[in-house]
Amino acid sequence: MAFITATWNPLGEAFYRKTELYEMHWTMKDALRDCLVAAAPYGGPIALLREPHRRSPSSRPQLEIYSASGVAVTSFPWKSGPVVHLGWTVSDELLCIQEDGSVLIYDLFGSFKRHFSMGQEVVQSQVLEAKVFHSPYGTGVAIVTGSSRFTLATNIDDLKLRRLPEVPGLQGKPSCWVVLTQDRQTKVLLSNGPELYILDNTSCTAVFPPGLSPQSGGIVHMCVSFSYKYLALFTDTGQLWTGTSNLQEKLSEVDTNMLTPPKQMVWCRRPKSQQPSVVLLWDRLLMVAGVCCDTIQFPVEDQCVLVGELDGVRVISSTNQELLQEVPLVCQDIFKIASMAPGALLLEAHREYEKSSQKADEYLREIKEQSMLGEAVRQCVEAAGHEYDTNIQKSLLRAASFGKCFLTDFSPDPFVTICRELRVLNAIRDSSVGLPLTHTQFKHMTLQVLIDRLVYRQFYPLAMEICRYLKIPEYQGISRVLKHWASCKVQQKDLSDEAIARAVCLKVGDSPGVSYSHIAAKAYECGRTELAIKLLDFEARSGEQVPLLLKMKRSHLALSKAVESGDTDLVYTVVTYLKNEMNRGDFFMTLRNQPVALSLYRQFCKLQEQDTLKDLYNQDDDHQELANYYVAASYREQRLESRLSVLQTAVDEYNKAKNEFAAKATEDEMRLLRLQRKLDDEKGAGLLGLSLQETMEALLALGLHKQTDQLYRDFRVPDKRYWWLKLKSLAEREDWEELEKFSKSKKSPIGYLPFVEVCTKRNNKYEAKKYIPKVAPEQKVRAHLAVSDLEGAADAAIERKNDSEMGAVLSRCSASDRLLIDRLNRARASAAKK
Amino acid sequence: MAHGGRRDSPEPPDFSLLKRLARDQLIYLLEQLPGKKDLFIEADLMSPLDRIANVSTLKEHEVDKLYKVEHKPIVSTSDQLCFLIRPRIQTVKWICDVVNADKVAGKYRRYKIIFTPQKFYACEAVLEEQGVFGDVTTDEWAFYLLPLDNDIISLELPEFFRDNFLAGDQRWVRTAGSALHLLHSLYGPFSKVYGIGRCSKMTYESWRRQVEEGEQRSREAEIGTVFLIDRGENRPSATRRTVISFLTPLAVFTDVDFVTPLCSQVVYEGLMDDIFRIKCGCVEFGPDVTSDKSIKVMLNSNDKVFNEIRNEHFSNVFGFLSQKARNLQTAYDKRQGMDIKQMKTFVSEELKGLKQEHRLLSLHIGASESIMKKKTKQDFQELLKTEHCLLEGFEIRECISFIEEHINRQVSMIESLRMLCLLSITENGLLPKDYRSLKAQYLQSYGVNHLLTFSNLRQLGLLVEQQPGETLTVMESKVGKLVNDKTAGKLSDAFSSLAKKSNFRALSRKLNLVPKSDEEYDLRVPRDMAYIFSGAYVPLSCKLIEQVLERGGWTGLEEVTRLLNGHEFAVTGSNGADLRPKNDAQRIVVLMFLGGCTFSEISALRFLGREKGYKFIVVTTAVTNSSRLLEALLDNHV
Repeated sequence: MAFITATWNPLGEAFYRKTELYEMHWTMKDALRDCLVAAAPYGGPIALLREPHRRSPSSRPQLEIYSASGVAVTSFPWKSGPVVHLGWTVSDELLCIQEDGSVLIYDLFGSFKRHFSMGQEVVQSQVLEAKVFHSPYGTGVAIVTGSSRFTLATNIDDLKLRRLPEVPGLQGKPSCWVVLTQDRQTKVLLSNGPELYILDNTSCTAVFPPGLSPQSGGIVHMCVSFSYKYLALFTDTGQLWTGTSNLQEKLSEVDTNMLTPPKQMVWCRRPKSQQPSVVLLWDRLLMVAGVCCDTIQFPVEDQCVLVGELDGVRVISSTNQELLQEVPLVCQDIFKIASMAPGALLLEAHREYEKSSQKADEYLREIKEQSMLGEAVRQCVEAAGHEYDTNIQKSLLRAASFGKCFLTDFSPDPFVTICRELRVLNAIRDSSVGLPLTHTQFKHMTLQVLIDRLVYRQFYPLAMEICRYLKIPEYQGISRVLKHWASCKVQQKDLSDEAIARAVCLKVGDSPGVSYSHIAAKAYECGRTELAIKLLDFEARSGEQVPLLLKMKRSHLALSKAVESGDTDLVYTVVTYLKNEMNRGDFFMTLRNQPVALSLYRQFCKLQEQDTLKDLYNQDDDHQELANYYVAASYREQRLESRLSVLQTAVDEYNKAKNEFAAKATEDEMRLLRLQRKLDDEKGAGLLGLSLQETMEALLALGLHKQTDQLYRDFRVPDKRYWWLKLKSLAEREDWEELEKFSKSKKSPIGYLPFVEVCTKRNNKYEAKKYIPKVAPEQKVRAHLAVSDLEGAADAAIERKNDSEMGAVLSRCSASDRLLIDRLNRARASAAKK
Repeated sequence: MAHGGRRDSPEPPDFSLLKRLARDQLIYLLEQLPGKKDLFIEADLMSPLDRIANVSTLKEHEVDKLYKVEHKPIVSTSDQLCFLIRPRIQTVKWICDVVNADKVAGKYRRYKIIFTPQKFYACEAVLEEQGVFGDVTTDEWAFYLLPLDNDIISLELPEFFRDNFLAGDQRWVRTAGSALHLLHSLYGPFSKVYGIGRCSKMTYESWRRQVEEGEQRSREAEIGTVFLIDRGENRPSATRRTVISFLTPLAVFTDVDFVTPLCSQVVYEGLMDDIFRIKCGCVEFGPDVTSDKSIKVMLNSNDKVFNEIRNEHFSNVFGFLSQKARNLQTAYDKRQGMDIKQMKTFVSEELKGLKQEHRLLSLHIGASESIMKKKTKQDFQELLKTEHCLLEGFEIRECISFIEEHINRQVSMIESLRMLCLLSITENGLLPKDYRSLKAQYLQSYGVNHLLTFSNLRQLGLLVEQQPGETLTVMESKVGKLVNDKTAGKLSDAFSSLAKKSNFRALSRKLNLVPKSDEEYDLRVPRDMAYIFSGAYVPLSCKLIEQVLERGGWTGLEEVTRLLNGHEFAVTGSNGADLRPKNDAQRIVVLMFLGGCTFSEISALRFLGREKGYKFIVVTTAVTNSSRLLEALLDNHV
């Protein structure tokens, strides 16, 4: 452990170290020379566009994609136009910017996704240089064309091209330029010889970095830090100027003593560090230049590529990959030689403890005396996070755990969290996975994104293992992974539909948040309709199944699914769709097999399309309904003739439906209508549309007895009805004479009690009494009572010896009818005896 | 009847929350359209809206003028129009006409349609078809449940009955499911669900789906059981739909018993509904009651007088009212012999209450008198007698001639129809001869358009012809050959349900629905639920509820459910039997009636609740009665 500091190099007050991340898996003879290289930050993949060895018109460059550890992911010959620049987006997609301004997007596995163009004029003027940049808005692309114009797209997913204003005096490409994101604006900073300009949407402003002496010459290289906060400028006299990117403040100016511009220049600083520095790369030299005007120089034997990271710089060479970073403060404290920091003492104490030496106690005592034990544990925990070597991680964590034993109220959370996170980090750093994330990067990137990245790289089992291990809620964790997995699975061409459906169902089960319809849609996109249908069967929500089924033209299936769902809106959606898609016959046939949909559609037709309704019934040979439809329709006809003809159709249909009763009734109605018309014409009676009963009433009211009698005969009106009708009507007109005549015309089929009642209703007791003798014996009492003839009622009741009738009479008697009451009571008593 | 173990019914949960929710949501929706606006309200939403938010609340939220939707051109001058409507195609079409008329006139306005309780795709399709989809904004006011009283909650969807049971249009099922879901999320979870009928099963499933889709929250159960009943599948027997939910256990019932709503109501509240038509718990008394100008009166448990008599058989009401009047007099009389101080407290504390009671009492006495006038006539007595005969199955011939006379004399279109249906249901269809002659008579009386009414009634199984069993099978096989398999299956279903022997008689024997008539029934001290029909009949729906609650399920009722065409189900909540809430909640039972229920049934259930210590909460698609039920089945095309 004493050698930890061996790789440390001091620079001002800070130390820099180079840690080896990987021995690269790739075998690259000719190193990285003559290649376009793009390596994404956050341990992203590396893309190489290798020029062919022998230049011949037929040979094509080769595009190769590797993981950060150099494991080949894919490689294919480049068949499109000449590429100017390669870059990675935030979601691990490769952007290939061509000379003609078109940008091709490939995924991690080299399959083409889409393309877009940086503008028509670029085709003529050609792209001279391009840069891919990242901002809070996503991944952007900036180009400079042969006509010295800049074009920007801030977010390639929401493409808006912005052509920046002209730069005065600029011919060809500028000597160097960068893209800045400041104040929510994206700008370009460029130099043309000694002049420096800032280009924004509307203007081109000349700027002057504070403190840069005019003698330093033209600016030949520049770079901004990861956070766009700092800017470094390299002049042709070998001066390196550093300052804030808003050009308000100067940090330092270092003379590198190098006259050639560096191949690459990258900021190297960790968040919150006060000591930013710049890493410069020449063919044979790697230099770290800090604010303190000091430099560290590393010799380089091989072609290298620098990748700027949040907290350091990755140096990728053809054989290995290293992380160059400022040693974190806490690591300095612990590992600096002769450090007396509490963390260092704790580590030492633990080491002694493991050797079973009593010195352990001395060290501990020393920490405790300063009451720094808590701090010591904290330091060890934090430092463990920053270390790359698992052995050092372990010894630091053990020391922390050891120190924790002597603390009573120390929250275990940070310790547990770091253990978990390191477990995950170590797993993904493994060269087979190849995501060399530092703890700081991991925290910045968030776990969600990490899982996404693993999913993009199709490390599904690992991603799920991590989700489970870190106990991420299913909805955000495992389900998301499964969703991607299933979408990827359905694209596997070599497996049968059956096998895939089974596999998907088995794995996905009913995890929350995984939508089968989503997976099915994916399958359909790849042209596997059958598979999509199989998958849709697992979808629980019909609302999700139906639209996709319709899209796949499985309308019958869609309809039955919609019906099953019980959601009528859904059924209706399908019905409307079918109505537009199918010819009428097929449409009706389809509906016929789905009664629910049919009745729904009928309801709609009843209100919207009466004619369709008729067609529907016709199709089904539903004569009964058809006839009913015509009856209803007849009421909408204004003219009598058309009304009659519609009714005739109804009669025909009723006959077809073998509903003789209805046919007869309708025929009667037609007859009645004709008659009414005739009478209306002759007498102006206003009968049309009345029911038979009402017609007769109206006729009687007009005194048209003859016509009434004719109706009575023609329509076979039952006697009872006729008698009631006539009785009421005569009484209403108080035509007592006619009433009496009528009563004598023949024996009344309704008895004579109604006669009595209608008369009393009209307060004509005199007339009423006339009919009492004719009333049937069992109704006599009621008849007498109706005319308030208590005596008569009593007589009748006594005669019939009916107890309840006598009771009824009694209840009507008042106290003054003493005699009557006595008589009734006697009769009751004697009746009871028998 | 007070047996020892009788428990008191628990207090029902506070349903005013439902009103508050609805009001807040409405206000939110109104504020989505800032500025002054005119509000058009669908006619049958007026009364429910009145119970949620009054005019001043609406005015506070910048509603300028209120109009009733009348399907006529509008006169509003406002440049913002808001329509509050049911999702009905006719109304949407009218709105399209309004918008298009404005377009022609070159008038620019903003339109907003608020559908309640939900919007249907068909409505949007109409908007699209008429080319106004882009001109209007639409919203949903999820106003599912209107508490009418502390134990009655209504969905106010009278069209549920016709749409669902006659037209087979199931779009309201989801609405009912959502209503249940709302109750569940506010007062649930329900520990058990029982139900019978196809519609209630579908409602239950719709609700389950919604629960699964939403996140399940566990909370203290306020309600135990839910019961769903649906009213009105085509049963030749007494069929109508009812949904019952229990709050401890929750139950869903469907499609049972048309007899109950077809009988004349004789309990005070039911009579009030039959005669004055209670609308949204509110009734309008005309001058014949008030002997002054007409007034609107709220009828609910806040009206102390009404609360005491609503469940009473009408014959008791007068006695009760006069007793009450005497008590009131005594209370007034207390004034005599008071000194000044006592008088002061009397005036400040009691007098107001007495005055209020006085007013109510005189109202109800007026109403009772008006009812007496109409209902104690000879005719009504005979009508009741006939009904009872039909229920008991005595003297059917006399009943038929009574009905015939009833039709011939044109007493009342609806009443005659009601008697016809009652006859058909209790007798399991009419003999072909009677069927024809009665129908012919009816058509002569009321016009041939009732052919369509009869067709509807036949479809629902309310008024059918008796079919001899053999002819059926012959016909079935004949028809079966003619049509394809699926339809044949449907037909044979229909046939088999037709073929069932008189279900009503079998049911009433099985469940003892018609008490023996030989003993005198004392209506003052009711023995059982039959008191609501003067002791002649226990409503089937209520009897089923009683039985299921007693048995804790459908076991032992297999025969009964077979007669009712099955579709019964019982589901015990996820928390299992051992976790049954020990509190009152499981004695609160939500009964959901799909297709409506009558006040008589509610009275019977209140009686049952008192007897058994349950608190029943009735959730219904609408409060119905015989006239509403039958009017829904008329086809008025004139």
